[in-house]
Amino acid sequence: MARRKPFRWHIGVFLAPAVLVYTAIMIIPLFGTLNLSLYNLADRARVFVGLANFETLFGDPRWSTAFWNALWNNCWFFIIHMAVQNPIGILLAALLSSPKLRMAAFYRTAIFIPTILSFVIVGFVWKLILSPIWGIAPGMLDAVGLKFLFAPWLGKEEYALTTLALVSVWQFVGIPMMLIYAALLSIPDDVIEAAEMDGLTGWSQFWKIKLPLILPSIGIISILTFVGNFNSFDLIYVAQGALAGPNFSTDILGTFLYRTFFGFQLQLGDPHMGATIATAMFAIILVGVCIYLFGIQTRLRRYQF
Amino acid sequence: MTKTFRFALLASTLLGGAASAQDVTLTIESWRNDDLTIWQETIIPAFEAQNPGIKVVFAPTAPAEYNAALNSKLAAGSAGDLITCRPFDASLELYNQGHLADLSGLASMANFSPVAKSAWQTDDGAATFCIPMASVIHGFIYNKDAFDALGIAVPTTRDEFFAALDKIKADGTYIPMAMGTNDQWEAATMGYNNIGPNYWKGEEGRLALIKGEQKLTDPQWVAPFEELARWKDYLGDGFEAQTYPDSQNLFTLGRAAIYPAGSWEISGFNTQAQFAMGAFPPPVAAAGDTCYISDHTDIAIGMNAKSPNAEAAKTFLEWVGSPEFAALYANALPGFFSLNSTPVEMQDPLAQEFVSWRGKCQSTIRSTYQILSRGTPNLENETWNASANVIKGTETPADAGKRLQDGLASWYEPQK
Repeated sequence: MARRKPFRWHIGVFLAPAVLVYTAIMIIPLFGTLNLSLYNLADRARVFVGLANFETLFGDPRWSTAFWNALWNNCWFFIIHMAVQNPIGILLAALLSSPKLRMAAFYRTAIFIPTILSFVIVGFVWKLILSPIWGIAPGMLDAVGLKFLFAPWLGKEEYALTTLALVSVWQFVGIPMMLIYAALLSIPDDVIEAAEMDGLTGWSQFWKIKLPLILPSIGIISILTFVGNFNSFDLIYVAQGALAGPNFSTDILGTFLYRTFFGFQLQLGDPHMGATIATAMFAIILVGVCIYLFGIQTRLRRYQF
Repeated sequence: MTKTFRFALLASTLLGGAASAQDVTLTIESWRNDDLTIWQETIIPAFEAQNPGIKVVFAPTAPAEYNAALNSKLAAGSAGDLITCRPFDASLELYNQGHLADLSGLASMANFSPVAKSAWQTDDGAATFCIPMASVIHGFIYNKDAFDALGIAVPTTRDEFFAALDKIKADGTYIPMAMGTNDQWEAATMGYNNIGPNYWKGEEGRLALIKGEQKLTDPQWVAPFEELARWKDYLGDGFEAQTYPDSQNLFTLGRAAIYPAGSWEISGFNTQAQFAMGAFPPPVAAAGDTCYISDHTDIAIGMNAKSPNAEAAKTFLEWVGSPEFAALYANALPGFFSLNSTPVEMQDPLAQEFVSWRGKCQSTIRSTYQILSRGTPNLENETWNASANVIKGTETPADAGKRLQDGLASWYEPQK
């Protein structure tokens, strides 16, 4: 008769701290927020209103205009990151992993440094650089005879969001670069050698051999960018304030949530509508991540070495 | 020897403890962290000298965090005994929640006019919950040296005002006016609510708007936007991205001639600017017209309803309501004008200029502050956005007026 396996207490014991901490600071607040969005105030008492807050958010023309505006701006913010940050990150990683490049460690560090800077510093420094009054941008453009290209970008509705997205790209381009760089380094030399034996070198080697091998990393970067962008708030808040000017052209879901939840200037905070927006944001990110996990991740081919 | 020493130490601790136990310590919550030294060095010592046994601690929070921090402290029961009050709804809400005590019974309340108290009263005026401290006045500060060099007289009418701006622009040495639209609030506060009272006749228009007798689409409410739209040509290059500190620096560095101002700038400008400054109230339509100024009730102080030191706190509040405090405060902080009915002698010439307008013009407060910013969309915040848009020329004055009116009418019963 086989002896019953003893209960493995140590698994529970080792998991407990992480589970407890994660539950206390993530799971409970998350469900608290979801729960809060189902209530509202009536005569100073909190009453259950079901989905009425969502009806207001999507049905009331003012709320829904603000919401769709923020969502579209957020999408545009994400598009710029996907179209600029990630290709540049991959390109930099490809250059860095080239054995012919000298001072690679210096470039790697220099490009990665902005990532560890605080948003406040980045926002403030770029505001100064781009300032039409004290900034160095107008002067530098003037020096090369391109002064006519200068505009007060952060103050113009048509450029402000793109400008801020590019500032954010500047700050975070180091992250895709590092991840891809690591992925490129992990490609075994024999695969590369085999490719060279078959006559594949340079760019065609990158496209046909390396890129397919780093696709899973690119997938992870995309989803990180997606989650980061749809949760972002700091840069816009630092550069443009909670009203996300000019004329709400830089308003993203994070600033919209902040304004609603905490109130702004004379407007008192509304935790219930704030929680409603937070829930909508949660749903958007959840859907995005699910599409990625089930639609893309499972189809990515992985290569075992 | 050591033993004796220990006993001496112990005894002195006990005695010291007993002595300080008779002292009551009052803590003041405030957002005016700029004023910390003034409270510590001027105001609190003056009070403590007269009231032995009461110690006062001034404990400010950063302005942007004040409302949120105060609300959570009050909810948690850890807030100070004295609460610096924001005007209107933010404080009214605290009173309604039972966090601020009703101070209507204080003797020194009699030192304040009804308008001064209006920002810290229930809508029916039955209860006043904060002692008014100061108001700020809007107008224009100008660079006297620039005006003298260009031979410009201080404008009193709108035509003179724009003629002066044209002259400064034609000369080219100075940016005619220092203002930007990046932070939005200057456009509304130092723009719309600065020049507006001359159009809507101060209190008359403001109260009519609250009663629903006037609309934001009426000519007197749209005309200030039309004037703002004309400002565009006189602002500096790239004003769209110019922030509030940018504007302050442009003016104090002597690069701009006129600064649409609030009187709170006075002490900062006095230290920064190297040239002579003057001030003029918002110009009127024709010479001799009654002028109206925004004399906005801005800061007051109330009592935490759950304070264990209510008696001491009331003593302090009575003192804040006294002419003595008014003189101390107004002179320590030129630009924050006492709301006390007893006139205060002020030393600062620029502050004197500002306060002299109270004598010749009708005072009013910012049109959007009382009652009208209670709902969503919030009229004050919408006005920021509309004023900035109008100056930039991305929205016409008529459209801005219509948008504000529609927003207000969507939740405010008398405007429906």
